[in-house]
Amino acid sequence: MPPKGRIEVKEIICKGCGLCVDACPQHVIILAEDRINAKGYHPAELSLDGCTGCGICAIICPEAAITVYRQVAPAKENQ
Amino acid sequence: MARQLMKGNEAVAEAAVRAGLHAYFGYPITPQTELLEYLSRRMPELGRAFVQAESEVAAINMVYGAACTGSRVMTSSSSPGFSLMMEGVSYMAATEIPVVMINVMRGGPGLGNISPSQADYNQSVHGGGHGDYRQIVLTPGSVQESVDLTVLAFDLAEKYRINTVILSDGSIGQMMEPCELPEMQPLRGVSTEPWAITATMGQREHRMLSSIYLKVSDEEKTNIRILNRWRQIEANEVRFKEYYLDDADFAIIGFGSAGRVALTAVRQARAEGIKVGLLRPITVAPFPVQQVAELSKRVQGILVTEMNGGQMLDDVLRIVKGNCPVEFFARLGGVVPFPDEILSEIHRIAKGPLSVDVDPRSAWLDRMAAIVN
Amino acid sequence: MTSQPITEQVVYQRPEALSDVNTHYCPGCTHGVAHRLVAEVIDEMNLRDKAIGVAPVGCSVFMYNYMDFDFVVAAHGRAPAMATGIKRCLPDRFVLTYQGDGDLASIGMAEIVHAATRGENISVIFINNSNYGMTGGQMAPTTLPGQKTTSSPLGRDVEQQGFPIRVSEMLAKLDGASYIVRRSLHDPKNIRQAKKAIRTAFETQVRGLGFSMVELLSICPTNWNLTPVDSMTWLEDHMIPYYPVGDYKVHPAVAEMKI
Repeated sequence: MPPKGRIEVKEIICKGCGLCVDACPQHVIILAEDRINAKGYHPAELSLDGCTGCGICAIICPEAAITVYRQVAPAKENQ
Repeated sequence: MARQLMKGNEAVAEAAVRAGLHAYFGYPITPQTELLEYLSRRMPELGRAFVQAESEVAAINMVYGAACTGSRVMTSSSSPGFSLMMEGVSYMAATEIPVVMINVMRGGPGLGNISPSQADYNQSVHGGGHGDYRQIVLTPGSVQESVDLTVLAFDLAEKYRINTVILSDGSIGQMMEPCELPEMQPLRGVSTEPWAITATMGQREHRMLSSIYLKVSDEEKTNIRILNRWRQIEANEVRFKEYYLDDADFAIIGFGSAGRVALTAVRQARAEGIKVGLLRPITVAPFPVQQVAELSKRVQGILVTEMNGGQMLDDVLRIVKGNCPVEFFARLGGVVPFPDEILSEIHRIAKGPLSVDVDPRSAWLDRMAAIVN
Repeated sequence: MTSQPITEQVVYQRPEALSDVNTHYCPGCTHGVAHRLVAEVIDEMNLRDKAIGVAPVGCSVFMYNYMDFDFVVAAHGRAPAMATGIKRCLPDRFVLTYQGDGDLASIGMAEIVHAATRGENISVIFINNSNYGMTGGQMAPTTLPGQKTTSSPLGRDVEQQGFPIRVSEMLAKLDGASYIVRRSLHDPKNIRQAKKAIRTAFETQVRGLGFSMVELLSICPTNWNLTPVDSMTWLEDHMIPYYPVGDYKVHPAVAEMKI
């Protein structure tokens, strides 16, 4: 099982440039066409399951708008 | 402290060192270079910063950076070099930081020559750099005065967070005279001024110093703050010297070297019984407006003498407002007047007649035709 | 199998040295990436308290709004001179300039060359996006042959307008320079390498080893008339062949550093 992760996009500073959408190896980020932020941009968001928390979107993001989390496997006891 | 024989440029350099100069940045140019050379030895000896920059443009921007740290910093140059420095001069004025600059003026415009001149009066007093700003301009007439004004320049620059210029010239920079140097002041540590850029060291919020005010209302406020500060400086910092003016029928006004030559002529005229005196502005910015105005109401005529084409003359005329006739005499382009020449002018003026309707510059140019051709 | 609470680790978060504000940069502009990398390295090295930045004239003139440490703003091209003045007065502070290609390679060429040759102990981040961004996309010293800009509308004609300047190669010839490298910001791999180079540059200064500069190939989608994604491709296809990524000067003392 690949690791499971998620991202949080700070919508207020996202400029909808789409670099993260293009860079995401899992193709699970989209620009939210249904809404705009205060600056008038469609912010990026996680659209599908499959985020591995690899952090590539955050590395390319010019606004440092993305926080990336990855699940830590629970401690395996008695196995 | 004992008096010692020193060259003007070197005396200024040592005075600055003793005033606590932390860093010096400059570029060679005659007739100022001894100042740079002296500090290239003296500053490292004391563990202080000295950089011979790649140009006057770089030198003034190094000064700009160093001054932002709240350290005592200085540069020196001569006329063409100062033209190059005007970029930094304007930026520093806008950033409201204390800086001392020494201009050992030479003949111009252009490359000109390396002889003494006072032709950068307008550049120093009325701008030179872009935008609305003012700066304090001090004009020494001797080596000793150069020393004293250098120490004062640092204090004034810091008191008002303003550019302060010592407007000297090639003769004062190059001459050797006995002078008394000030006591050595200890070098200050890292500045604790509330504006200084010293890194937060985890002790405070971060700061910024800049000359940019993109919001026009902020820029207007800054301009007005600078002008109001200048009003304070005009009220408190006017400096001048008066000689034989108490009973004078005629007054000469001249600064720096021209004022010094005029004093010799005034003494000779007094010996002949002519009641003439001298007003020698020490600060040409702020200008001794009140003193000139009062003088114009009690003398029969004023002679302005300069080593330029009448740059201060225009300021005097604006103050005199026709109260009395104003005459003008100058040598320029690197030529220094002899006391005899000014004495002849005193004779001419004492003989009269004088008129407020004569354009003094035009009349002087007519008289110069005979001298120059 | 008993259910365990799922725990998460933060893989990436905004660096602390970056102020929590919106930038004025256009969408996709890699100034943002460069700022972020600078802030990340400042955080990693604990340099924020002793850092003083010198902002240039150009798009990044407002950098002081985005960095949570002391800043001054230089006149156009004069950042290395200003940084020299600061560093000579406060030698134990960390002094950084951040300059664009018009600023550094045109009007400020004398200042950068002489700061490098003096071995001035400062670090320079040099953004090469092959045009003057702030004034609206004019030809820069780094504009490629044939590249169209608002002041070379038919494409840069090298007969008339000369050739682009390869700044890293040029500065690498100076004995005074200690660390001169070029990196690119066009994909995550290159961005990671850029960050490593910035770290090495900053370590060079902190260890008193002298002048360091990292040239960063960057995009300018607005003035290139391309989307951010297409700009990244354009950079890779056109800029990297002319401006190869690489280490142009690494002083042995820098090469020996253990980071």
